[in-house]
Amino acid sequence: MTDSVIIRTDQLKKIYQMGEIEVPALNGVSITIQEGEFVAIMGPSGSGKSTLMNILGCLDSPTDGQYYLDDQDVSKLNRAQLAHIRNEKLGFIFQSYNLLPRMSAVENVTLPMMYNKAAAGNQVEMTKKAEELLGIVGLGDRMHHQPKELSGGQQQRVAIARALINDPVLVLADEPTGNLDTKSANEIMEILHNLHQSGRTIVMVTHEPDIAEQTQRIIAVRDGLVELDHENGRE
Amino acid sequence: MKIIDVIKVASKSLTSNKLRSMLTMLGIIIGVAAVIIMIAVSSGTETAIADQINSLGANLVFVMSSFSQGGAGGGMGASTGGLVYSDADAIANSVPHVAGVAVEQNTTQTIKYGNIVLEDVSILGTTPDFTKVREIELKEGRFLNDQELERSTRTAILGATIAKELFGDTYPIGQKISVGTLKLTVVGVFEEKGLVSGVDYDARVYVPITLVFDKLMNSQFSRIAGDRVRMIYVTVDDKENIDAVILQINLLLSKLHDVPLESPDFQISTQQDIIQTQSATTESFRILLAWVAGVSLIVGGIGIMNIMLVSVTERTREIGIRQAVGATPQDIQSQFLTEALILSLVGGLIGVIFGITGSWVFSKFGDMPTVVDPFSIVLAFGSAAAVGILFGYLPANKAAKLDPIVALRHE
Repeated sequence: MTDSVIIRTDQLKKIYQMGEIEVPALNGVSITIQEGEFVAIMGPSGSGKSTLMNILGCLDSPTDGQYYLDDQDVSKLNRAQLAHIRNEKLGFIFQSYNLLPRMSAVENVTLPMMYNKAAAGNQVEMTKKAEELLGIVGLGDRMHHQPKELSGGQQQRVAIARALINDPVLVLADEPTGNLDTKSANEIMEILHNLHQSGRTIVMVTHEPDIAEQTQRIIAVRDGLVELDHENGRE
Repeated sequence: MKIIDVIKVASKSLTSNKLRSMLTMLGIIIGVAAVIIMIAVSSGTETAIADQINSLGANLVFVMSSFSQGGAGGGMGASTGGLVYSDADAIANSVPHVAGVAVEQNTTQTIKYGNIVLEDVSILGTTPDFTKVREIELKEGRFLNDQELERSTRTAILGATIAKELFGDTYPIGQKISVGTLKLTVVGVFEEKGLVSGVDYDARVYVPITLVFDKLMNSQFSRIAGDRVRMIYVTVDDKENIDAVILQINLLLSKLHDVPLESPDFQISTQQDIIQTQSATTESFRILLAWVAGVSLIVGGIGIMNIMLVSVTERTREIGIRQAVGATPQDIQSQFLTEALILSLVGGLIGVIFGITGSWVFSKFGDMPTVVDPFSIVLAFGSAAAVGILFGYLPANKAAKLDPIVALRHE
């Protein structure tokens, strides 16, 4: 079933150079995530979970080891190549939403398509797809609002629509509920569950156990190593 | 990212801060307008000078006396230096391609009519060909004829200013005026001509040159050397023959005056020479203006760089977001370069409009001739674009080099 593996890492290491001192952040992380999984990555601050997330998100490269994303070794790619991988294969959801402030919801959702070779230029098609996705996340009536006119939960839903616009193989969510009240957090988790049900592969970083509990599988990271990797009760 | 989208994104971020964008463009606007006005004024001045000089007659060659080079000790003939009256005949008779020759000798006299007295008036002794050679039109009456020249008749033709000052509304033809001790009859009045290379053609009185020799400037020398003249005007039949005519005159006069060809007692110049000499005086002024214009363009460019650097810092997070969703370093670079380019091109365009308008205002209200050179527009606009790319490159590069992780964390 190798064709269904989305993430495979082999002894991932990341060492930061702080002047003369080498600070290891990852000490050899090997994990495999199958297509369709909903995984939570947990760990205290300084555990290396952010570094792992950055590497899985192709925002950073490992110092050593291999990272296969969708059967492609991406551990040695340059910045431009990584940008293309992020654009075509990944969708990001951030704690602080990270929407562009002067753009409407629709424009924010289409942003990744502007950098996509296949999709760019076809404004009508892009807008249509963005409107469709905004409808799915329940913002059909707020498509032309700017982020400042939307609540935190609504902004995060725009961000989810944006993450899906290029039909990625993997959705990465970094503390997606961290800035939200319980009600909004539940709504966001509901959307993520629905995405998972429809076959999306989701990796979520969180330090909230009750959020992590809602996933299929939990990977706990400590001191740059995988401490625990277990199936979760749910589902 | 498609170019059209890059331009859209760039213009959107520029229009979201209109005041700042306008102020940033100001430097470029001033620089471009300055370049265009500067070139318009200097080429306008040049054209005006050339027009004035050419208006004195076409294909003219000026032969002037130059005493400094006189063959001292030569002893023979006219070797004490300078042109003499008979030189003009010699040129007319023996140099081919000469269409007309006029001679000029001046003196200064007090003139009177009734109780109006004008002192230190320039009296120009000349020959009938003068009007043909110098293309000055008569307003009233006629110019000298050959008979009057031969008999040194006491006739005068007045410049426009002199006529107005002496006669006012009185009809001047046939009136008698005193020039020095002589009584002259006015036979003609010239149209206004104005000031051409420092000579006021309207403030002169024209008389037969023979009269000047006989009565006004009688000198001992003339008996031995012939009558001195200041200048001989030679019209050449065709532009192509000017060089040949100059060479011929040189050979002829050197021989007649018995002076070596390499150090003659006269000098020959053309209208082109005079235009060039006059243009040279505006040259240093033009270079100064060019520097000022160039410096203001550079200052404008630094303004763009400054604002773009601020903008990159302010929008670090935006850059991080764009990188996260797939913008390559090159995408980011083009975005900021495009912004700088739009600033400089729009600034350049406004500058061109201001430059053309400014040139027009200068010629309309500033009494300064201007000619807007299409090349200066291309030059100014091109420099503005170059400034945009040059000074936009550093900020754009800084943006492109940002680490997405750091940029995303930026507050």
